[in-house]
Amino acid sequence: MRELVRYPSAVAGLCILAFLVALSVYAVVAIPYGEAIRLWSGGEALWARNPRHARPEWMGWLWGGRLPRTLVVRSTEVPAQERDLGGGVRQLEFALPFDYPYRRFPPELAVFLRADYREQAPQVELGWRTPDGSQVHLANLSPRRQDVYRVSADGDLRRALGGAPEVVLFSRPGQPGEATPGRYALEVRAYLFEPGSTVQVELVVYGEVHGLAGTDHLRRDLTLPLLWGTPIALAFGLLAAVGSSLSTLLIAAVGAWYGGWVDGLIQRITEVNLILPALPILILIGTLYSRSLWVILGAVVLLGVFGGGIKTYRALFLQVRESPYVEAARAYGVGNLRMVVVYLVPRAVPVLLPQFVTLIPGFVFLEATLALLGLGDPVLPTWGKVIEDAYRAGALYVGHTYWVLQPAAMLVLSGLAFTLLGFALDRVFNPRLREL
Amino acid sequence: MAEALAVSPPVAARRHPTLRVVVYAVTRLAALFAAVVVGVYLTILVANMGGYVDQIKRAEIREQVALAVSLDESMRRLPADVRQRIAEQMVRNEERRLGLDRPFLARSVTYLRDALLLRLGFAERMTSDTGSRLVRRILLDRLPATLLLFLSAQLLLFFSSLAFALALSRRYGSLADRIVVALAPTSAAPAWFYGIFLILVFAAWLRWLPFGGMVDAPPPEGALAYATSVLRHMVLPLAALALSSIFLSVYAWRTFFLIFSSEDYVELARAKGLPGSLVERRYVLRPTLPTIVTSFALGLIGAWTGAIVLETVFNWPGLGRALYQAVGLYDTPVIVGTTILYAYLLAITVFALDLVYAILDPRVRVGVGAEG
Repeated sequence: MRELVRYPSAVAGLCILAFLVALSVYAVVAIPYGEAIRLWSGGEALWARNPRHARPEWMGWLWGGRLPRTLVVRSTEVPAQERDLGGGVRQLEFALPFDYPYRRFPPELAVFLRADYREQAPQVELGWRTPDGSQVHLANLSPRRQDVYRVSADGDLRRALGGAPEVVLFSRPGQPGEATPGRYALEVRAYLFEPGSTVQVELVVYGEVHGLAGTDHLRRDLTLPLLWGTPIALAFGLLAAVGSSLSTLLIAAVGAWYGGWVDGLIQRITEVNLILPALPILILIGTLYSRSLWVILGAVVLLGVFGGGIKTYRALFLQVRESPYVEAARAYGVGNLRMVVVYLVPRAVPVLLPQFVTLIPGFVFLEATLALLGLGDPVLPTWGKVIEDAYRAGALYVGHTYWVLQPAAMLVLSGLAFTLLGFALDRVFNPRLREL
Repeated sequence: MAEALAVSPPVAARRHPTLRVVVYAVTRLAALFAAVVVGVYLTILVANMGGYVDQIKRAEIREQVALAVSLDESMRRLPADVRQRIAEQMVRNEERRLGLDRPFLARSVTYLRDALLLRLGFAERMTSDTGSRLVRRILLDRLPATLLLFLSAQLLLFFSSLAFALALSRRYGSLADRIVVALAPTSAAPAWFYGIFLILVFAAWLRWLPFGGMVDAPPPEGALAYATSVLRHMVLPLAALALSSIFLSVYAWRTFFLIFSSEDYVELARAKGLPGSLVERRYVLRPTLPTIVTSFALGLIGAWTGAIVLETVFNWPGLGRALYQAVGLYDTPVIVGTTILYAYLLAITVFALDLVYAILDPRVRVGVGAEG
C-alpha cells in the first residue's frame, strides 16, 4: 500500500475513486432506492415544473452572460382581493408579479391551476402586464380540479399576438429579438360560484438552465441519474469483476491441482466458452427473458467464469504445485479442497489484483453498451440510460451536448480511476515492469 | 487421407514437417467443430430456455389458423363448434409439422442440426436487401460489410501498433514514449464511445465526413468512385476503433518488447555489432511471434463482438447492426441466427489462429507436443 502511493497515477486513481465512492454514498443516503426509482420512472407529471431540455447551471455561467432560470410565482404568496358580486358569486382578483432580469426569452410559459369546487367550476380570466404597464388578455378558462394552461402552446393566443407567446409577451414593440428585463405580472380574475370554492394559481416561467446537470426530454432532472448511476456502475463493475475473476481463479486452481480428466474438462469448457459470443448472448437474454441489471450481471459472471484468464492462472498454478511448500503441506496430509483454497489460490493474488482492477471499467462500459442497445434496466437510473435517451432523441445533432457529455464524463472518470489504479498495481506486483 | 495420417502421425511427420502441420490442423479443426457444436447447442438452450421460443411459435400458429378460418368462405357456413374443432385440428397439424409436439430434447437436436447447417428459418419482420425473409440471406448479406470494416481495422491497427511499439522500445523514455504511457488508460472506453464524439466533431460540427452509412446515397457510378465513397465512410469508424485501442496496445507491445530486448541473447546480438533492424527482426520479433499472433486473433474476437454497437452508432450495414435492428423489432429468429453466426465467426478466427500457430511454431513442425 505504501509502495502504491509512490505512483502518481495510483494516487490520481485513488482520488477519483474516493470521489466516486463519496458520491455513491451521498446518492444512496440522500435519495433512497425506492424514491430514486419512483422519481426516475414517475413520468412527466412529477417533473412538470422543470423546463424541458434545460442546460445545466454551470453551462449558464460558461455562457458568459446569464441564461434564464426557472421562475415560479404562487398565488398563496400574494394578497388577493375578494368581492361579493351577489347571487352567491364571488370575484377573486390578484396579480402574480415577478422580476425578469434576463435578455433571453424563456423557452416556455405555463400556468398551473388548482380549483376546489363541488359542481360548478370557477371561471378564471388570465391577463399579462408588461413592465411599461400595457396589458394583454391571455385566456378565459374553466379549470378542472388540477389543470395546466400552457401559454406557449395556446394556438388562439399565438394567432392573436402574431408570434410565439413567450416571445411577444416579453418583448417591447420596438425591440424585437431581445427580451426586456423588468417587472412583469400575471393578472388573475376568478369568479367563484360556490361558497367553499377556491382557486390557486401558479405561474411557471421556464428557464434555459436547471440544476447541476440540466434536464432531459421528459423534464427529468439529470442530477438524479448522474448521482444514482455512480453506485449502480460501481456495484455492477465490482460484482461482475469479483464474480468472474474469483471463480476463474478457483477453477484454474482446481484444474491444476487435480489434473487428469478434471483439468481436461475445464480446458474443453474454456475452449467452448471462447467461441460463445458473449454480447449476442447477453442481448438474447435481455430480449427474451429479463432486462433487470442483476439478471444481466449473473449472465455476465457466468460467461466470464471460463474466460481466457484460466490459461494464465493454470500456468501459474502448475508451477506453484511443484513448489516445496505445497509438497510439505501434502506431506502432513492437507486435504484437496483445503490445498486449493488455502495453499494455491492466495499465491495468485499478485497476478489477480491488477487484472481484477483493470477488468472493472470494461464491465462499467458494458452496462452502458447494453443500455445503448435498448437493453438497459427499465427502472434503474443509470448513465447508460441517459446516453441512450440522448442518442435516441438525437441530442448530438440538435446541440444538447450536455445531455451526452455529462454521463460520458462520469463513465470516463470511473474508467480512468480503475485503469490508473490497475496500471500502478501491475507495476507494484510485477517488479519486472517497474524498471521500465 | 487426413484420417490415415491421424492414425500414424509420427511416421508421416518424421518424413514431412508440412504434413504434420496438416495433421495438427485437422485435429484442431475437429476439436473446434466439437466446440462449435456445444456452443451452438448452448445458444439454442439459452434461446429456448423454458420453451419461450415455442410459446411464441404456438401463438403465431394460432393466429394464422384463426385468420385462415375467418377468411375461408366455406368455413363460415359451418356451425361454431365444428368450426372450432377444425381450427383445433389445423393448429395440431401445424404444430406437428413444425415438430412442436415432440419433447424438447428431441426438438433441440433438430434445432441444432438446422443451426449448424445455417438453416436459420424465416425472419418475423426483417427482410434482406433483396427482399428475402430467410434469416440466412439477411445475415449473409450483411456479413461482407462487417468483414470489410473490422478485418481492415484490425489489420491496420495491429501492424501500426506493432511498428509504433518497436519504434518506442528503441527510444525508451522519450517524450513520445511517455505520452503513450500516459494515454494508455484511455483505452478503457469502448470504440462506440469515441465514435459518438467523432461524429459530433467531424460530421455534425466540421461537416468533413459523413455521419454514417457505408456509401453515399445514391451509390456513385463507377468502381473507383464507389470505393472512394466507401473509404470516406470508413474513416470515422476506423478512427473510433483506433482511439479505443491503439494506445493500450502500443503500450503493451512496447513493454513486451522492452522485456524481451533485455534478454541475454539479444544483448549478445547487439554486442556482435548486428544492425538494429536485424536484431529486431531476428532476435526480438521471431521468438515473440506466437504471442503476437495470439493477441491478433484475440483482438479480432473482441472486435467481432464490439461490432454490434459500433455499427449501430455509425449506421454501418453489417451483422452487428442487423442484430440491433432485430432487438428493436423483437425478431427472435434473427437474434438467434446472428448469435450462431457469431459463434461460427469466432470459431473460424480461433482456427485461423491455430493454423498460423502451427506454421510458425517450430515445436508443431518438428513434432514436439503437437497435440497442442
